[in-house]
Order: sequence, then structure tokens, then C-alpha cells
Amino acid sequence: MSLLEVNNLKVNFKTYGGTVDAVRGVSFNVNHGETVAIVGESGSGKSVTVQAIMGLIAHPAGNVQGGSIRFKGKELLKLNKKQMREIKGKQMSMIFQDSMTSLNPTMQVGKQISEGLIYHQNVSKREAKVRAIEMLKEVGIPNADKRYEQYPHEFSGGMRQRVMIAIALACNPDLLIADEPTTALDVTIQAQVLELLQDIQEKKDTSIILITHDLGVVAEGADKVIVMYGGMMVEKCSVHELFSNPNHPYTWGLLESIPNVYHEKKERLKPIEGSPPDLFSPPKGCPFAPRCKYAMNICMEEVPDLYDIAEGHSSRCFLNDELAPKIAEFSDAEELV
Amino acid sequence: MNQGIIQTIDIKKHFAIGRQQLVKSVDGISIEIYQGETFGLVGESGSGKSTFGKTIVGLTNPTEGAVYYEGSNVKDLSKKEQQRVNREVQIIFQDPQASLNPRMQVGDIIAEGIDAHGLAKGKQRKERIYDLLERVGMNPDVVKRYPHEFSGGQRQRIGIARTLAVKPKFIVADEPISALDVSIQAQVLNLLNDLKDSEDLTYLFIAHDLSMVKHISDRIGVMYLGSMMELTNSQKLFNEPKHPYTQALLSAVPVPDPTISRRDRIVLQGDPPSPVNPPNGCKFRTRCPHAMEICSLKAPEWKEIQSDHWTACHLYS
Repeated sequence: MSLLEVNNLKVNFKTYGGTVDAVRGVSFNVNHGETVAIVGESGSGKSVTVQAIMGLIAHPAGNVQGGSIRFKGKELLKLNKKQMREIKGKQMSMIFQDSMTSLNPTMQVGKQISEGLIYHQNVSKREAKVRAIEMLKEVGIPNADKRYEQYPHEFSGGMRQRVMIAIALACNPDLLIADEPTTALDVTIQAQVLELLQDIQEKKDTSIILITHDLGVVAEGADKVIVMYGGMMVEKCSVHELFSNPNHPYTWGLLESIPNVYHEKKERLKPIEGSPPDLFSPPKGCPFAPRCKYAMNICMEEVPDLYDIAEGHSSRCFLNDELAPKIAEFSDAEELV
Repeated sequence: MNQGIIQTIDIKKHFAIGRQQLVKSVDGISIEIYQGETFGLVGESGSGKSTFGKTIVGLTNPTEGAVYYEGSNVKDLSKKEQQRVNREVQIIFQDPQASLNPRMQVGDIIAEGIDAHGLAKGKQRKERIYDLLERVGMNPDVVKRYPHEFSGGQRQRIGIARTLAVKPKFIVADEPISALDVSIQAQVLNLLNDLKDSEDLTYLFIAHDLSMVKHISDRIGVMYLGSMMELTNSQKLFNEPKHPYTQALLSAVPVPDPTISRRDRIVLQGDPPSPVNPPNGCKFRTRCPHAMEICSLKAPEWKEIQSDHWTACHLYS
């Protein structure tokens, strides 16, 4: 049994401008000790997907419209607030992108770590403090004793992100959700934080859902990848398949639009023309069809199903239909990366 | 050798914070930017790369040092000449949302420079706006619309059109693609490259995304805590980085290829020190894996160690 099974998840938001279908049918599994990366542009629904898993969709504007989220076999969507609190922060926890706005600026960082321990693990304040200092040491913060009593503004961006990780990991969760954990950081600090996450995963066998838009981060840290576009999962595969045998034209476009550092010759970049869909009035058919070089008539009319390409690899594209023309252009994808 | 369009001589920009405390944002940079090239400038946040860019454009005055444009010190020019320099040296900002006035129509935003410099009026002005919009790949019908009606990528195009309106020769592009989605970044980068050829421009391209900088730049300078660490052509910088900081910076970039086993990554320990109180001697020594005794005693000299390959490091002196 997988640790987490998400099935046909749908989330919408009611706004003054109309209803936005932010997530339109997302399904995936996360196994023990595995890292699943979700990639996509802003507005693709990647953050909303994980917020739904964490039960963070703000009511009444946001609504989980359908589907199921099973965590350790338990259906999360049926739990009430109190039952959900037993899981949130204890068995699964989340790291947010912007550590400055996620931490409480008026509270010592150590207290923010022990807070969860006192609530979930029923330990005394003194015990919680000892454990919190241990956590700070574990995430690589020097002078942990002193740092325990400091406030978020006294920390640098990378250090604050470490504090967030310490808070998330304090109760030894089985699942860690990291929503763009390194996007706000400089590359040298990003390398530190990613290394820390990997060390912890190895040590504790934690499963990680990693949201990112950096394909480099995906290649180095993930086992499985989910590519999202316009609220839909357009491709799902192993990280090797993503780079060696990408199937969806959007994935091709993403891979083509990043420059290759190792190419001597400067080739012109091949961007994906056009812009992402307006979610207030999404295209009737495939969300990517208006920007897709290979779009056929049916793509404008109907949303394609997920086609199975190979074991654990599926793609939401009509080109995989028996009747569709074959595209040779991308058979040699290896050369791209 | 190409002629330098911009030359900076030991530029320093210090900001006073509180009593007797100085942030040495830019601390003595002397470089030359050649006519027709794209000069990439990389560095982490707080390295002073944006301040340096603003100093060149004249948005802030350097505390010390001088900027030379086409061979003459900008400060010594007459008022009229300075105005010409102000027109020919332009900047594109990072955040197109914040740098476009939300209450102005796109046409007027683009024409602001034209009006200020009195370049065109009436029908000519209108035609120029249409022409500019077309050149940045937008439909001229949008002149009466407002910035909020556009996506980030389109807004950045409007920002670029505004910059081009005054027929600049040299443009500082301050993180022009950082706020955009991956698939849009390539569009804007291509646009900048095309314009460089068609309008005969020279760029100072500031960014922190190394792969994008490499793609667009002819030469790259690496900054750390207000100082230039290394400067050479972009291929050489990636193939044989000399300065330990450049080496660490390059090795920290995640590679989008899972078949490459993780190279021997140099993970730097700790954070960059505060620019208020930078380390004495070499500023990088506190995080440098090769730090020696001399590094804390003396700041390394900025030296040309190979032809057109400059670095400031005691390992090469």
C-alpha cells in the first residue's frame, strides 16, 4: 500500500470574477521513502493540490469538489477538523516557500518548534525545549542553544528555511510536503537546503512531495515526477523517463526552453509560444492545445484521457491515440538534455 | 580590440545605516564593457550587482570612482551632453508589475521617454509607439489598455518597449526574467537577443540564474559582497572557473539530467557574511575551502591571470 494515494482530486475557488477550477482531476501515489516532484508554472494548480492534501483549502471560497486522498489507507477528505489535526504536523507536515511570512515574527523560533512537540507528543515544556534544540542542531544551525531564543528576523533566509524544516520534522512525519522550498534562496544556499532534505530522507525514510519549477532540482532530487498544466496532470513518470522519454508536448516544450550549460554552441532557445490559459475560462479541450505545435482538431474539443505509455508512465495527450499521426521529432530526446 | 562603451573606475557605493555604520554595497569595481557585447553579471542576493547596475545608469551616484561613457567621464559632461547620456543609457527592471504605473495606459507608458526627451510629437509619436509594440512582439491594439490587463511576460515586453523608445545604445537589464515562468523566460530572452542585433545594443545583463546568463552573455563577471571575484568570457568561466567562489557557485547549479551522477559538489558552509561587516582581507575567505593565512591579512589583487581572464584570489598570485 502506498503511503499517500490521491485519486481524481478536484478543487475550485469561488471568486468575484467567477469560479476557478484550480485542480481538475489529479491522481498519484507516494510510496514510503520516495520523493515525488510536482512541476508546473504559476497557476498550474501544483500548490493547490498539496494544500488540499494538507487540508489547507480556505473555506468557503475554496472547495474540494471530488476525488479522494488516502493517507495510510485513511480517507482524509472525510475527517473532521479535530481528526485532521492529529495528522497535520504529526504524520505529515509542510514547508512553505517564503519562510519570512510563514514563521511567526513575534515568537522565538525555538518555541515555534516546541509548540508542535507539546501538542502532538505530549511532552513537558522542558523536554520539548531539549528536543527543539536537538532539531536545530540536526538541521545544521550552529549555536543552537542561543539560536533557540532568537526571533525569525535574526536569521538569514537559508537559516529560516532550516528552521521551517526543523518545525516540519519535529514530530518525525512520514510525509513531508515542500512547496518551492528553495525558490527564494540563492543557489549556494539552495544546494545546502536540498542536501539537508536528502540527508534527512535517507536517515528517517521520510516521503517527500517536492514542488518546484526548476527541472535541475527535479533531476537531482526526485524519483517520480508529475507535470501539471492548467490545473491538470499532463504527464506522470519516473524522473529518468521524464528526461529520456518525455511524452507530452508541454513537457517537450519545458525541456527545450531551458538552456544547456554544457553546450559550447549558443543555440537559439525554443520557448513555448503564447501564455498559460486563463483559468476563469479554460480552453474547452486540452488546456495546452492553444500553445501546442501538434494540436489536432480533437484537442480543441475534448480533454484527452491519460494514456499509459509504459509501466508507471502516463500522459494526457491525444498523440498517443492509435489514430494519431506519429511525431518523429522527439524520438531522440536524449540529445536534448 | 573592441572599444569600451562603458568603463567604471574603482566604483564604490556605500550606504550609511545608523551611526558610523556603512553598507559597502559596491566596493571598488573597475570593468570595461565593450561595444556590442552582452556582459553578464552574477552574484547572490546582497552582492551589490543591482546597485552596481543602478550606479552605471546614474540612478544613484557613486560614493567614489567614476563612470565613463564612450570615453568621457559622465560627471564632467555638460548638462546637454548628460541628457544625451541619460537617453542612451537605459535600464530594464526586474518586476514589470512594480515598474509600470498602474494608472497609465500602455501607450503613454511607452511614450514617457519620448515626451521627456522631446523625440516625437503627434502622429509621429503615435507611429513610434505602434512600431515599438510590434517590435517587442505585441499587438499595437493594446495602447489604450492598462498594465493589469497583461500577463507577466507581456508586461515585461511593455517595459522593454518603453526602454527602447528613446533609442538607447546601452541597456542594463536587471534580472529581467527572474519574475517570469520558465516557458516565458525563453521568449523574453530570445526577444532581448533579437533586439540586440536589430537595434545595435550593448547589454549589462544582471541575473542569478547561471544557465540563462551563460546563454545570453559573451563575458561574465562574478560578484560577491560588493567586489568582483572573477571575469572572463562565458565559455571559459564555465569550463575553467578559477576563483573558488565561482567554482562553488557553478557546482551548486542543479543539472537537469538525471543520468549525470551528482558531481563532486562543493557545498559552501554557512551564509554570506553581512555587507555591513565584511571579513577583512579576502571577503570570501570565511566560506572558502582553500583559505590560507594570507587571505585574512591582505585583500587579493584584481589581476589578469590569463589573457582576458581576471580574478581576485591569492591562489593565483
